[in-house]
Formats: sequence, structure tokens, C-alpha cells
Amino acid sequence: MERIRRHHLFWPLMVLAALLLFNLLYDPDFFRIQMRDGALYGSLIDILFFGSPLALVAIGMTLVIATRGIDLSVGSVVAISGAIACLTISKGADQNDPSLVLAAVGLALAASALLGLWNGFLVTRAGIQPIVATLILMVAGRGIAQLITSGQIITVISPNYEIIGGGALLALPVSVYIVALVFLLAVFLTRKTALGLFIESVGCNPTASRLAGIRSDTVRLFAYLFCGLCAGMAGLILSSNVSSADCNNAGLWYELDAILAVVIGGTSLNGGRFFLTGTLLGVLIIQTLTTTIYMTGVPPEITLVVKAVVVLAVCLVQSESFRRKLVHSLATARSQPVEREVTPRG
Amino acid sequence: MVDAFRIKKQHVPIIVTTALLALMFAAGSLRYTGFFSWQVLLNLLIDNAFLLIVATGMTFVILSGGIDLSVGSMIALTTMLSAALVEQAGWPPAVVIPLVLALGSVMGAGMGAIIHYFHIQPFIVTLAGMFLARGLCYVISIDTITIRHPFYVNMAQTRIPLPGGNFISVSVVIALIAVAAAIYLAHFTRFGRCVYAIGGNEYSALLMGLPVGRTKVLVYAFSGFCSALAGVVFTFYMLSGYGLHALGLELDTIAAVVIGGTLLTGGVGFVFGTFLGVMLQGIIQTIISFEGTLSSWWTKIVIGILLLLFILLQRLLSARGEARDA
Repeated sequence: MERIRRHHLFWPLMVLAALLLFNLLYDPDFFRIQMRDGALYGSLIDILFFGSPLALVAIGMTLVIATRGIDLSVGSVVAISGAIACLTISKGADQNDPSLVLAAVGLALAASALLGLWNGFLVTRAGIQPIVATLILMVAGRGIAQLITSGQIITVISPNYEIIGGGALLALPVSVYIVALVFLLAVFLTRKTALGLFIESVGCNPTASRLAGIRSDTVRLFAYLFCGLCAGMAGLILSSNVSSADCNNAGLWYELDAILAVVIGGTSLNGGRFFLTGTLLGVLIIQTLTTTIYMTGVPPEITLVVKAVVVLAVCLVQSESFRRKLVHSLATARSQPVEREVTPRG
Repeated sequence: MVDAFRIKKQHVPIIVTTALLALMFAAGSLRYTGFFSWQVLLNLLIDNAFLLIVATGMTFVILSGGIDLSVGSMIALTTMLSAALVEQAGWPPAVVIPLVLALGSVMGAGMGAIIHYFHIQPFIVTLAGMFLARGLCYVISIDTITIRHPFYVNMAQTRIPLPGGNFISVSVVIALIAVAAAIYLAHFTRFGRCVYAIGGNEYSALLMGLPVGRTKVLVYAFSGFCSALAGVVFTFYMLSGYGLHALGLELDTIAAVVIGGTLLTGGVGFVFGTFLGVMLQGIIQTIISFEGTLSSWWTKIVIGILLLLFILLQRLLSARGEARDA
């Protein structure tokens, strides 16, 4: 029992179970899944479906955070990728032409990879702190996306493009398969090859791992590149789902939600230890929370307050000194200062 | 004697910012008729008074080696709370304004305390603060609340005449007082020196016996106070409370502080630099609006490019004479 409780996925799973239990009690229909036109419908499918772009971004973010970095630009990359894809398709004579859609997807992904490389370049070669380096693209990115679409919302009519974000395959949304593929790829790369070990060692101590012969720059470059690609895919799903590119709102707050998902999943922001499954659970928790709030009829904007409480709670639980203080104050009735600071008077 | 005239390393970004500001103003004046006037310069202050106040608070946070992402949401919460209390509950502004200022300081201090005592990154704590403040706005109301109270309308419309037919608003006076007070606080008080010391190296500051905990909490409290004050000024400017006010302002603020020459790793920078940074952002916006054909998104791109240039410049300056770590 103790071993189960200490497992890193224990608390995220408990939270998810509690949320689902609440929904079950509140509305038993929550778990009903219907089959309509060869596709499954229901709240649980919705959670998977609406959570898929966030899941992609969060998987990329996990690797970046594992290298002790952070990528604030993912929201902007989401917007840029959607803008490029929709612009390419809207320029074509036949918007439904499969080769045109493929070209659009390829272009968007290439651009996202390039943006990821740019972030990685600033972090590794220019030696800028990750939070600052990616802030640049976060600020400029939405401007660039608007530049691409000339500030308009580009709408495309292309059933083939819609498949990515709205289609169904074997009764499940296509986007869920994309997430599963990317997740398996990431797990394979990090757990079956040495890359995961490299990422963890770079996150623990970049200098030591460089001295140990690991190309820490290349490893970090890869993490940012991967994160950019993931954000690009999320952008494709989002824009394809609504068949348009909205540069102002596509991917807004995604960087924050993604970081939140990663943190809930048990990955430390200090780098060095990462849990891809935990991240996926974090995404499911966030999405279930959002769905629950919608279902209970509370104004959806209140989600922000709940998220704030969740972030703080998770961070406090992760904080070593908070746990120590908590245990201490529980163990001894009288409170004693755990660490005393040198504070001169006068 | 020669040393007194040599340009110090930490002054380089501020000199670059000043030069850019002068260059932009000169370019604008040559290109557009009606650009070269005192009023255009004063309008920079009028339109950016709230940004100036927030950026002042942010400068202290960044100087101490932290970051505060909650400022934009704090402004929104202040406008919302002021609007709700004044318009819907009928409280007098003389009670509401001190109340919101106190609330901002308390929320800031709370975040500072969590950051310091539980060793959680400022980034994530203030992120939670950002969600919380934005969410609380919607708890109050989802719609805009228009303010019609005579005091706020008066504050919005009062023009303080200056010689030469120019004018400024009340907000500008508040902002300039805030900047002056901050300059005094940063460079002439024990608190200010302590902030610089913590930003330079927190551990050394602790070993030197400086009150690290108290200073860090105070820094975030000050930033919270500045955000609330900026929120009050923003209420004068917009005459409404709305949960989407000042969306993304934290980025503009951080950009202004960095462009003003403050090192994002902390320990180096000037409050006056931040003032210049805000003015530079303002002048970019003015030029883009004078140009007419250029759209507003160019502002974001130009600010992004400037941000990059200044960060690279800082990196270059700090890399000199210091071994590059991996």
C-alpha cells in the first residue's frame, strides 16, 4: 500500500478519480457513450477530443521542462501554424485537393519546427535563460501570425483538412490518434533510447553532463525543436476543427495550461525528472475540470480561479520546505521555526 | 579622472535606449507633419501612465531576480472591484481607492511570502496569482461595468494645463510621482540596496545578514501595490471595469523593463531605464498610428525584435570577462 501511495502517479490519479466520481454523482449520464454515424459521442470522448491539442503541447513542454527549460512561445506557435496552414489552403484553386492539404500541413509543421529551433538556438548558442528567450517569440509570435493572415480570420472550406481536427477513425476522433502516436513516439525516444537519460542528466546539471561527454546543447536543441513541432500539430488540430485561423484566440493561454499539466503530472520545474504519463494525466485532469465546470452550470470563467487553487496546491505539495513545515507543525503542537534566518536589527 | 568619464558597462543599455528614443522621435518628426510637438511627447505619458506605474513595480521584482506575471490581471481586478463597489454598492471613491490599493499590496505580499518561505519559483506562483485575479474578476461580473461616478469622470477629463498650450492628465502626475518615489526607493534607501544585493546573489545577501525574506515579500507587495495603483489609473482612463482589461499587459511590462536595460537575471538596472523603455514602446505605437497603413500587429513584432536586441546586448555585456557556463 505504501508503495502504491508513493508512486508518482498516485495523486494525479486520485484527483482524476475524484473528479470523475463527482461527475458520476452529479449526473450519471456523464459516463454514457453513444454510437452515432460510426463515431462515439459522450462527455468522456469530448474530454479526450478537446484535450488533444493541449496534450500535444504538454508532451513537448514536458521534454523542455525536463532539460530545466521552459517554452512560453507554444501559444504563439499554435497560432502561427494554424495561420500558415489555412493561408496555404485558401490560396489553392481547389481547397479540398489532398496534395494541397498535405503541403499545407507540411509547411505549417516545418515552420513550427523552425520556430522551435529558433528558441533552442537562443537558449543553447546565445546562452539566454529559457524563460526570456521564449518570451521573445511569445510577444512577437502573435504579431507574426497576424502578419501572415493580414489580421483577418481566414476561413477555409476543405473537408480533407477538417479530418485532422474533426474527423473520426474507428469510432474515435482522429486527433486522439495523433496524440497517441506522438505520446508513444516520445515514450519510445525517451525510455527505449538513451535520449531520455541524456535529457534527465542535462536537466540535473548541464555542466556536469557536458563534462561527462553528453552534447547538452544538442539535447536541449532537440527538446525545443520537438516542443515546437508538438505546438505546430496542436495548431493544425485547433484550426482544422473550426476550419479557420484565428490569430488572436488560437492557443491563447496554452503555455500556461501546458505548464500546469506538466506540473500536475509530477514533473519538477527544476528539471531532471519527467513523467510523460503524468503529463497526460495532468491534461486529462485540466480538461475534466473544465468540462465539469461547464456541466455544473458555473460560469466557465470561474475555471481560472479553480486552476489558480490547483496550481498553488500542487506546487505547495511539491515544495520540500512546505512539506517539512507541515509535518513539523503536525508532529509538534507548539510551532518552532524550522529554519532561522539571519536578520540583523537596526 | 579619466574613469569618471568612461562609460560604465551597466550604463550601456540605458544609453542605447535613450539614443533609440531620440532617433525614433527624430525620424517621426521628419516623416510626419504634426509629430514634432510637445503634446505628442506628453501624449506618450498620458496614454502610458498605467504601464509606467506597473513597469516601475516590475522593475523591483526583476531587480530582485524574480518575475511577476500577475500584474495585468491585478489591473483588471482593480478596475472590476472599483467599478462594482462604486457603481453597484455605492461606496465613495475615498474608501474604494485605498481599499483596492491595500488589496493589491496584500495579494502581492502573499505571493512573495509563498515564493520565499516555500521556495517555489516566482514564475509559477505569480502565474497562479494571475489566474486567481482574472478569475475573481469574473466572479464579480462577466460583463463590463461602466463607471459614471462624478469623481472618476472628473479624473478622466481634468486637463492640467502646461505652458505653451499643452496639457497632461491627473494620471500622468500620479505616474511621475510613482517613478520619482521608486527612483528614491531604489537608489537611496537600504531597501533598494538590499533588492540589488538579492538580485546579484541571494545566497550572498543572506550570508551578509541582509533581511532577504522581508525584502522579497516587500518587493512583491510593492509590485502588487503598483499594479493596483495602475489599475486605479486605468479606471480613470477607461471609465469601466472589465475582466478582459489589460490582457497580456505583463508581457508589455516585462518588455519595457528589459528594453530599459534591467538584467532579467536580476541585480542590474535602473528605474529610470524602465521609464525610457515605456516611452520607447509608446513612441513605436505612436509612429505606427501616424503611419496609418501599418497595422497594430507590427507593434508586437517591433517590440519582439527590440526585446531580442536588448537581451542579446545584455548577454554580450555580461558574457565579457565571465566564463560561459554550459
